[in-house]
Amino acid sequence: MNILAYDFMQRALLAALLTGLAAPAVGTYLVQRRLALLGDGIGHVAVTGVALGLLTGQAPVLTAIVVATLGAILIEVIRARARTSGDVALALLFYGGIAGGVLLAELEGGTARLHEYLFGSIATASPADVWATVGLAIVVVSVAVGMSPQFFAVCQDEDFAAVQGLNVRLYSVAMSVLAAVTITIAMRTVGLLLVSALMVVPVATAQQIARGFRLTLATAMAVGTLAAVGGVTTSFYADVAPGATIVLLALAVFVATWPIGAAIRYRRRLVEPFEEPDAIAVRTEHQAAESHPHEHDEYCQHPAVVHGDHVDYVHDGHRHAPHGDHYDEH
Amino acid sequence: MTPSLEVTDGAVAIGGRPILRGIDFSARGGEVVALLGSNGSGKSTLIRACMGRLPLTRGEIRLFGVPLARFHDWRRVGYVPQRTTAASGVPATVWEVVASGRLARRRWLTPLRRDDRTAIAHAIETVGLLHRRNDEVSTLSGGQQQRVLIARALAGQPELFVLDEPTAGVDLHSQHALSDTLREIIARGATVVLVAHELGPLESLIDRTVVVRDGRIAYDGPPQPGDGMAAFHSHAHPGEGEPPDRQPLGEGGPL
Ligand SMILES: Nc1ncnc2c1ncn2[C@@H]1O[C@H](COP(=O)(O)OP(=O)(O)OP(=O)(O)O)[C@@H](O)[C@H]1O
Ligand SMILES: [Mg+2]
Ligand SMILES: [Zn+2]
Ligand SMILES: [Zn+2]
Ligand SMILES: [Zn+2]
Ligand SMILES: [Zn+2]
Repeated sequence: MNILAYDFMQRALLAALLTGLAAPAVGTYLVQRRLALLGDGIGHVAVTGVALGLLTGQAPVLTAIVVATLGAILIEVIRARARTSGDVALALLFYGGIAGGVLLAELEGGTARLHEYLFGSIATASPADVWATVGLAIVVVSVAVGMSPQFFAVCQDEDFAAVQGLNVRLYSVAMSVLAAVTITIAMRTVGLLLVSALMVVPVATAQQIARGFRLTLATAMAVGTLAAVGGVTTSFYADVAPGATIVLLALAVFVATWPIGAAIRYRRRLVEPFEEPDAIAVRTEHQAAESHPHEHDEYCQHPAVVHGDHVDYVHDGHRHAPHGDHYDEH
Repeated sequence: MTPSLEVTDGAVAIGGRPILRGIDFSARGGEVVALLGSNGSGKSTLIRACMGRLPLTRGEIRLFGVPLARFHDWRRVGYVPQRTTAASGVPATVWEVVASGRLARRRWLTPLRRDDRTAIAHAIETVGLLHRRNDEVSTLSGGQQQRVLIARALAGQPELFVLDEPTAGVDLHSQHALSDTLREIIARGATVVLVAHELGPLESLIDRTVVVRDGRIAYDGPPQPGDGMAAFHSHAHPGEGEPPDRQPLGEGGPL
């Protein structure tokens, strides 16, 4: 059974690939702003949008994108106006969105069709749906990556970014709109209830192994793509909804990188250069290590850490610097 | 010559509560002005208003002679906000944070040019963090993070340098380094406005001190001996009046 022999699977894989790139790209900025759950909030609002589309006979993608964008802008406005209650506003939209969606769907005659959008479904996406997804995803990825210096600055420090001449409010709204669009793109693949996971889990994974913002962004996009494409493939063979498979795969990657991340962090801290001896402060008195039979050199197993103009060997909580025929405690 | 920064009859309210009233404040080109005052006196509020981050309820602010609302030449301004940390949700490296100080000089969708990279490296070197440039900011000590914020503003090579408590938590050695750096950029003609509780090694650079007390300017004039401790003093004895030689200056202040 060749997965690429089916037209709908080719489309589904293409959509998954682009979704896997777009969701973590936008998710990185949300995590950077400590708004990891914003994606979830917008996802829930989009449920109402989908139900509205099903009820009125419009394309659900279209209505979802409109409602989700409005919801995203609303959250941004509330956040700017009442700083303290940002998460409460988010919660209100959460509940309002999903309740509104279920109510509208029941008016339409049941929640069965809504289900496809909540948990993802690959076989039912029409070619038009997929091409819309592809187009939007390309826009999202280009903006998120191309404008990364600006977005990074705004997420990092709004005050400073503003004094660099950036329109902070505009960028914030743009980020929320990007999130809304990403969620609508992803809903056919991952589903609205799980889309936030594809935005956040790859970022958490990338943080384990990557150092710095740009590397985290790139790694998160790689992990997201892997999870999305792998999840869709698995769901095809196992005949289950793709959303859960994708998210579980992403979580599995996270769990797998955990020990690697822990090892990297430990190793990095160990060999991080010690602060240079302070030029002004009085140097601590010369203190020779007590009996020291072992001889440190570049081949011994002890971490050699740069300390100003020399090297300290680290073991048993000591920092030993070679000095003539003995070692100094540093 | 137009002042680099000028506030005329400025007032700021936060959430309807008047914080600053009747502020007349200016810094001429090449001048080094220290803003002093106790905790909560309104120094940061004044700085934030000057940087366009808080609206005035009255009065006017001009940057290089241009009213704030119409000012767009932000590459001329370097700002070190008052922060306890430079860390964020996704850990960024020292280099990445400092590089964001070049944004006002960069155009959209263009990679960093060579002079951008030189300026970034130079700024990091100036604050003595070259050996940590690829480390995540969150792994640095508080004082080192403060130095990252200073480097970020330096990277933009500003003409007006506004620093809100740049020396908080910074050790004496680095304060001397900062003082040398400021001397260098002052020599190039830059204007410096800095907030500090203890001036320390910066004291010798100061041309003029402005003391903010309870949202008003309480003193504007040449630095007085022991000004570094002025903030402490007014904090420790809030009941005492101003010494006679430190009367508030009216409109005829030194402009
Ligand atoms: N976001 C805010 N919301 C409400 N009140 C504020 C806010 N920011 C500042 N204030 C009030 O404005 C006054 C001045 O604060 P400001 O931060 O300007 O003081 P400061 O002189 O910089 O003090 P410090 O030396 O502690 O930095 C304080 O009374 C403070 O309570
Ligand atoms: Mg302050
Ligand atoms: Zn050894
Ligand atoms: Zn030893
Ligand atoms: Zn010795
Ligand atoms: Zn040593």
